[in-house]
Amino acid sequence: MKHLTSIRELDTGSAIAILDNADELGAVNSREVKKLPALRGKTVVNLFYENSTRTRISFEIAAKRLSADVINFAAATSSVSKGESLKDTAQTLEALGADAIVIRHPMSGAAQTLATKGWISGSVVNAGDGSHEHPTQALLDALTIRQIKKSGNDLAGIKVLIVGDIQHSRVARSNVLLLSLLGAEVTLAGPETLLPKTFAAMGCKISHSFEEALAEKPDVVMMLRVQRERMQGTFFPSEREYAAKWSLSGERFKMLGNQTIILHPGPMNRGFEISNEAADDPRSAVLTQVRNGLSVRMAVLYKLMAGEG
Amino acid sequence: MPLRTVLDSSDISRAIKRISHEILEANSGSEDLVLLGIPTRGVELAERIDVSLAEIDPGYVSNLGVLDITMYRDDSLDAEREIHPTQIPTSGIDDKVVVLIDDVLYSGRTVRSALDALIDIGRPRQVKLAVLVDRGHRELPIRPDFVGKNLPTSAAERVNVMLANTDGSDQVVIEQ
Repeated sequence: MKHLTSIRELDTGSAIAILDNADELGAVNSREVKKLPALRGKTVVNLFYENSTRTRISFEIAAKRLSADVINFAAATSSVSKGESLKDTAQTLEALGADAIVIRHPMSGAAQTLATKGWISGSVVNAGDGSHEHPTQALLDALTIRQIKKSGNDLAGIKVLIVGDIQHSRVARSNVLLLSLLGAEVTLAGPETLLPKTFAAMGCKISHSFEEALAEKPDVVMMLRVQRERMQGTFFPSEREYAAKWSLSGERFKMLGNQTIILHPGPMNRGFEISNEAADDPRSAVLTQVRNGLSVRMAVLYKLMAGEG
Repeated sequence: MPLRTVLDSSDISRAIKRISHEILEANSGSEDLVLLGIPTRGVELAERIDVSLAEIDPGYVSNLGVLDITMYRDDSLDAEREIHPTQIPTSGIDDKVVVLIDDVLYSGRTVRSALDALIDIGRPRQVKLAVLVDRGHRELPIRPDFVGKNLPTSAAERVNVMLANTDGSDQVVIEQ
């Protein structure tokens, strides 16, 4: 496997193998010497056409933990602002010695284009493309659920509720694919305007009432960030009305079971889609998600860059 | 493909017992010993040497662990490999006498990787190497301290170590 642009490139076995490797690689983060020499001499470029702090830093630390050199390329401060194309930028980076490109791009399909057009010979990792996919986020969510629920290899029978702006969410798309692949039962909940019916075809249940969805006693509640930057036009009447119906407020938070896990891909809009009470509760696994993000990205970089030598 | 059995079950048991005695002798007792098996067959060998040491020395305190070397291989990027857990005994390896345990010693590259992995974890007082089979053909200046059997082979041959818990039975065979 050379690229990871979509969860569709994984089968159950390879997804579980990545999670298993991530579990082992995570152990290095608690050691005094937090470094493994596996990717020594390799160069990883973070090519980010969108603002991101946590994903970029996570990929950067992951690559450095494996002893790769890392170059951060923020498009806004580069020749891209002078009109350079993705092809030229990528080929320039490869000419400078990049063995893998981690790309985040506002256009859906950008990572796949880079991986399949034959412009470059290195590996491509999708770190989020428009509202299409964010595969490493789904992998870290799956790892977090698997660890906390101690569900063995896969997520068979675990009920996951994903709430909020589904339509614009690459996190939701990747998660629906991966969690289903691992045997979880996924329900999506959100307002009609942000939850297109087409998602039913991906094999998950759809709900337009947060309360009804919570009454089903989900094992995991994943709150999504409202992606204002991807919204052209109006999807809900006001922020206040959205929050009233779709926030994990104090009231709804009380409906959760004792063992229900709260996930959020971050950054959280506290008081909007999630209350302080929920975000700071011991059932919130937000920081575990961040830690697992590092392990999963180490596992993905290792998987893609091994076997190509 | 002709197979030749070079060690049977009782040979292997005897070799494990002898290695255990030699470890105790070289260390003047069992103090500060840490046994680290290299996956996969080294782990079972380490477990069996651990049992054997306890039988020989009533005062033996078990410090048994696993040292995975996947991420330290010098050919790690030639193929994707399964990563095994590394388990270090809670007392650590600082100032201890670490015995690395593997099934076959061949080029020496696995042991080189294991030494690198070890240094990232701590600073042992001494590192020793125990192997069930030494088949020669070293590519690095590495030698074993405890050997079950020296087995001169040609590079074209394959040495397969099979152990009861991992493979169902104890034997060492050469494939030509």
